[in-house]
This record gives sequence, structure tokens and C-alpha cells, in this order.
Amino acid sequence: MRTALFWIFSVMAVGSALGVVGSLRSPINSALSLVLSMLALAGLYVLLEAQFVGLIQVMVYAGAIVVLFLFVIMLLNLRGSGAGSAESRPIGKAAGAVVAVGAVLWLVRRLAASRAPWPEVDPTYGTTRAIGEALYTDYVLSVQVAGVLLLAGIIAAVVLAKKKID
Amino acid sequence: MGDVLPFHFQVVAALIFAIGALGVMLRRNMIVMFMSIELMLNAANLSLVAFSREIGNDQGQILAFIVMVVAAVEVAVGLAIIISLVRNRDTVNIEDTSQMKW
Repeated sequence: MRTALFWIFSVMAVGSALGVVGSLRSPINSALSLVLSMLALAGLYVLLEAQFVGLIQVMVYAGAIVVLFLFVIMLLNLRGSGAGSAESRPIGKAAGAVVAVGAVLWLVRRLAASRAPWPEVDPTYGTTRAIGEALYTDYVLSVQVAGVLLLAGIIAAVVLAKKKID
Repeated sequence: MGDVLPFHFQVVAALIFAIGALGVMLRRNMIVMFMSIELMLNAANLSLVAFSREIGNDQGQILAFIVMVVAAVEVAVGLAIIISLVRNRDTVNIEDTSQMKW
């Protein structure tokens, strides 16, 4: 059952990631592929018994970030722009593909050496309670810094998007 | 988890990261490039969570959570920059925005 779910979610995640990069017609297709990829990744997180991270993945990525992307695409009324002549540069494409395939093959060879099985974890592993307790005790400084960062981000977004820059 | 090993999750993460990197290198549409960066961040998150499960420790999940916060801020600021660029120059093609090129 878990093996089948792993393959379903993995194929979904990688296939829709290809859809994000490969859909030349409209950025909206890319954004919708991105939602599918994020949801598949949330499934993989749950398979890894990280329920909290999976939940946050669905809420923050599929629910907020992609909606923000769609808002901007529709606000700017973009239709397939950027897919014109500048999109076809054979040397850059070939170099990029070679580098990416080479990096993946190298990584797979390095990782294939370690075929360790999964360790046993206690039932509280990855639950909201366990992560919340860790976040508000050992990692409370990170939470504070994240809050300041979010505030700075809000202010920056409002200032940048508000008016024309001279 | 049957015959699925930690290694398999890392391969999925590597594939998604490579696709994202290819997207940044090959596409010229700023919004699609930005989505590709999100793909790479998510691949890194998957890798962190899988390693965290492999060693039976939840620190990787906390790091993944912090990465998500940073990604959310980055999306808000990045999209604001794209909006302001489109308002001023009326293009999302990265080739047309070269005033910061040396």
C-alpha cells in the first residue's frame, strides 16, 4: 500500500514539475501544475510520517503561494508572453540539460551506496504537538526571527507594489 | 515501508531540483522562473524531511518549516518586484530587463 502510494505521489510530483517548466502556452498552466506538484509532495511528507509539515505544505503552498502567483498572472493579464524567440537558445538549453542530468546521475550514484532501512520512531514523531513543542522551546529564536522576517516581507511587498517608481 | 528506501525519496528530490534548475536556466518568463525556484526549495524540503525520517529525529522537519516561511516571504517580495517591473517596463521577459547588467 505504502509502496504504491510512494510511486503514485512521486510520479505525480515529478510529472507536474515537468509541467511547470514545460508549459509554454500560458503561465497559468504552470501555476496549476505547481499546485499538483505541491499536493503530491504533501502526500510524500505524510508517507514520511511528517504530518505537520504535510499539512503546512497544503495550507501555505497549495493554498496561499500558488493563489498569489495566480493573482499576479491574472492581474498583469499575461498570455504566453516570454515564450517567443528568446525562448529558443540551443546552446544554453543543451548546456543546462547536460548539467542537470549529470548532477542527478552523480547524486544517484553517491546516494545509492547507502541502502539503510527505516528506523523505528515513536508514535509522536512528526505530530503537530511534537513539532510545536520543539519550535516553542529549543527553536524559539528561529520563530521570533521568522516573525520579524514576515513583517519585513509584508512592508517590502506593500511599498514595492504600491506605485510607479521614478 | 515495504521496499521503498530513504534513497528513493532522495532521488525524487534530486529530480525535482534538477527540473527546477533547468526551468531557471531555460525559461525566459520571469514568473515561470520564479515558480521554478519554488520547485527547487520544495525539493530541498523533501530531502530534509526524508533525511530527518532516516535518522529518526525531527530537527529536519523544523528546518523545512523555516524554509517554508522564508519561501513565503520571498514569493511576496518577488511578486511585488515583478508587478512593479511590469508596470514600469511592460514586459515579463527577463531579456528585456537588463539595466542592472554591467
